[in-house]
Amino acid sequence: MSATFRYAVNVTPKPGILDPQGRAVEASLGHLDIAGVSAVRVGRRVELTVEAIDEPAARIVVERLASELLSNPLIESYAIELVMATSSTVSSS
Amino acid sequence: MTRIGVVVFPGSNCDRDTLHALALAGAEPVELWHEAATLDGVAAIVLPGGFAYGDYLRAGVIARFSPVMRAVAAFAADGGLVLGICNGFQVLAEAGLVPGALLRNRGLRFLGRDVRIAAERLDTPFTHLLGERRPLRMPIAHGEGCYFADPATLDELQRDGRVLFRYVRTDGAPAGETGDPDNPNGSLRAIAGVLNAAGNVAGLMPHPERAAEGVLGSDDGLGILRSLVEAARLREAAAGPAVVGAR
Repeated sequence: MSATFRYAVNVTPKPGILDPQGRAVEASLGHLDIAGVSAVRVGRRVELTVEAIDEPAARIVVERLASELLSNPLIESYAIELVMATSSTVSSS
Repeated sequence: MTRIGVVVFPGSNCDRDTLHALALAGAEPVELWHEAATLDGVAAIVLPGGFAYGDYLRAGVIARFSPVMRAVAAFAADGGLVLGICNGFQVLAEAGLVPGALLRNRGLRFLGRDVRIAAERLDTPFTHLLGERRPLRMPIAHGEGCYFADPATLDELQRDGRVLFRYVRTDGAPAGETGDPDNPNGSLRAIAGVLNAAGNVAGLMPHPERAAEGVLGSDDGLGILRSLVEAARLREAAAGPAVVGAR
């Protein structure tokens, strides 16, 4: 038995880190006549599928990927979200 | 002649300029392919500017995991001299070989223009032939050059003399952090280049290789490359036959 797990890794700038993109978005809100929106932060969402024996095993892989590659711990934090799990029965031999 | 390696990643675009400028600085430049697992016995390494691996995800991060970077990290850990220029600085920062990170320019725009920097140290392998602290004119060409580190790290860099270059005004005074056109990208404490703790790995955002001969409008960058080449030559000479044997 193995299964596939679809994850989303959401990477966002850490609090206090300058986010010029977020600021630019915020500055444009006035052009849309939208008021009352603040603290815009722009991040990145990476979706991926992991094949593993179970969810904890899959999550170990995603954790490593998220901390070593998808985010830079100096400036970004990440959150892992399980989007979908699909169990696939492998034909027994 | 002292052989200096220039790493070529897919997407590097300053590798030829760097090879040319290193030759002007008295070295025998050697290309090192990103898939190479060995460094061909070079005496120092330059990571050139460009957009390694398309700068996807974050500038420098994918390059960091290339085979040649394992060899570069081992070379650096052994005291080997490594200089990262622009994208090369971003690769070194992502690899943790120099402290800090390079964020999107404060003004969001990609910037390609001349800036002035000054060396804060004149006794390093990268600056010892500059002679005096004075503004050096050379170009920048980057979208992510805003130097960032947490306040404790910035204080440590300052205290330990590891701020190698700062963006400066015409009189040589450091530029401000925000709203100062002399600090083009809004780098914290106007830092344009830093050293690692051991002092053998350096990164800077401006391009000394693009200011290495009079025909380019400035040769202020040549002193940095000459410093590196001379330091590498001395290091090689001090190591003696062991280095030759290791080839």
